[in-house]
Amino acid sequence: MPAERILTRNVGRPDSTALASYEANGGYQALRKAVGSMTPDGLTEEVKKSGLRGRGGAGFPTGLKWSFMPKEVDPKRPHYFLINADESEPGTFKDRLLMEKDPHLVLEGTLLGAYAIRASVAYIYIRGEFVHATQVLERAIEEAVAKRYAGKNILGGAWSCELVVHRGAGAYICGEETALMSSLEGDRGYPRLKPPFPAASGVWKCPTTINNVETVANVPFIVERGADWFQSVGKAPKNTGPKLYCLSGHVRRPGVYEAPLGLPMKELIHELGGGMLHADRPLKAVIPGGSSVPVLRADECDVDLDFDSLMAKGTMLGSAGIMVMDASTCMVAAMARIAHFYYHESCGQCTPCREGCGWLERILNRIEGGKGLQQDLDLLLSISDNIMGNTICALGDAAAMPTISFVKKFRDEFQHHVDHKSCLTGTLALQGVR
Amino acid sequence: MSFDAAFQGRVDAIVARYPQPKAAMLPVLWEVQKAKGHIDTESEAWVANRLGVSPAQVHGCVTFYTMYKQRPSGRHHIQVCTTLSCMLRGSDELVAHLEKRLNVRVGETTHDGRFSLVRVECLGSCDTAPMFQLNDDYHENLTLEKVDRLLESLT
Repeated sequence: MPAERILTRNVGRPDSTALASYEANGGYQALRKAVGSMTPDGLTEEVKKSGLRGRGGAGFPTGLKWSFMPKEVDPKRPHYFLINADESEPGTFKDRLLMEKDPHLVLEGTLLGAYAIRASVAYIYIRGEFVHATQVLERAIEEAVAKRYAGKNILGGAWSCELVVHRGAGAYICGEETALMSSLEGDRGYPRLKPPFPAASGVWKCPTTINNVETVANVPFIVERGADWFQSVGKAPKNTGPKLYCLSGHVRRPGVYEAPLGLPMKELIHELGGGMLHADRPLKAVIPGGSSVPVLRADECDVDLDFDSLMAKGTMLGSAGIMVMDASTCMVAAMARIAHFYYHESCGQCTPCREGCGWLERILNRIEGGKGLQQDLDLLLSISDNIMGNTICALGDAAAMPTISFVKKFRDEFQHHVDHKSCLTGTLALQGVR
Repeated sequence: MSFDAAFQGRVDAIVARYPQPKAAMLPVLWEVQKAKGHIDTESEAWVANRLGVSPAQVHGCVTFYTMYKQRPSGRHHIQVCTTLSCMLRGSDELVAHLEKRLNVRVGETTHDGRFSLVRVECLGSCDTAPMFQLNDDYHENLTLEKVDRLLESLT
């Protein structure tokens, strides 16, 4: 029997974006319960007990993050709650689904988080390309304010919280939490050194918490059904709750699939995803968590999709963007394209990332184009090693980690390019090499 | 350089949403681009003055965020996603087809000003690859035939 759909229960319902439809399905009851009968610290404690971990990529425990906020609000330093809706990690498209199809679930989760950390404003930072989702959210906010779920004196009580959608303008880096704060302040999206951590000094130097869209979408269910219920979904104690998996690449039915954390990768690809796109092209490799995590070879894909199982395989769940590559994929071409992404998106502050990502891309294109030198393979590893850990934020690491894994796990294929000045027979070369 | 009263009213409402005027940078630049089609130096100066920052601060943002246009684009601005998942599903063929069909190279605008073509990075629509964004709208699960039909329907 397929598991109950939790996060996507309203997706596919008629008028799923309308407040009346959301209310008819029990919507905003969690907010009513929390504001009516829970203290902010009680709510934080419940989320801590649930084991909810951030769904944006790092998997940090959400309740613990909330607990870092000051317990009292200094009127001169109001608390800010920021929702990271800058979904930009290649292979990831789950938050867009939630925002476009169930905006009130996102808003209810946002309000609950804001209540827990004692914020009176929440900014939803959404990537600029999501014009449609922006419009859906803005309409939903108007509806919520009109019914006193948001805005002044929520549900007739003392607490007020304004919701504002803030649209980015095309910069992957703004999904990094400190870059997001820089961008929100009206600057270039430059990441900042930590410490200070956002809870101590975040946006406008005020205490700030930043959560991903899918993360807060879990909170109404934790409030409604309790932490023990949440612990019963997925793999307790550390990989709990429902999860949205983004499946793309060479599969017959790409899409967003919901399952309890710990879904076996093979089940996602071969059952939910309908199997490989072409019957005669077997699985070659999978990137399990968005393009910044290490790749898995086909023989390593017998793994559950959760934080700790993937960590044990030397990779990460990341943003749960599962990118499937079949036997026709040239791994040098695939890696060159990934490197191009990070070179394009590097903000340029730190030399190892700014120069290193471009260097990686040029060498990969050289190898792909049949002009690779023998020393290039080790050079890719040594550049990656010099980027890792030597930058303000993790964007450089996000280019280095896949590079290292591609070169190490598909070394024969890289070597073939150097030796024969061509791709492996049966694989498709990169077109339009820049 | 001036904007009409309705525009300035919209800007005032945006600025009011933030504790500091500078934070209105991105939404105000969006308003400028919506009104003028692109953001020129004069508009940057206007925004700088309104938000109380230097023109260099505004220009720094306009040049950092890829969706702001410093010059006019075509009436139909085609932004093809070519990141990994789209590449695996044929985005490079899509780009080649569009270049041929529109008789432009990536980064160019047709002579009649109708179409401009750019490659962009992941648009978060990997399950419907290949795809492109045409002005504000996503066009997904594209085939070359679908693209031809779409182009023919545009004026």
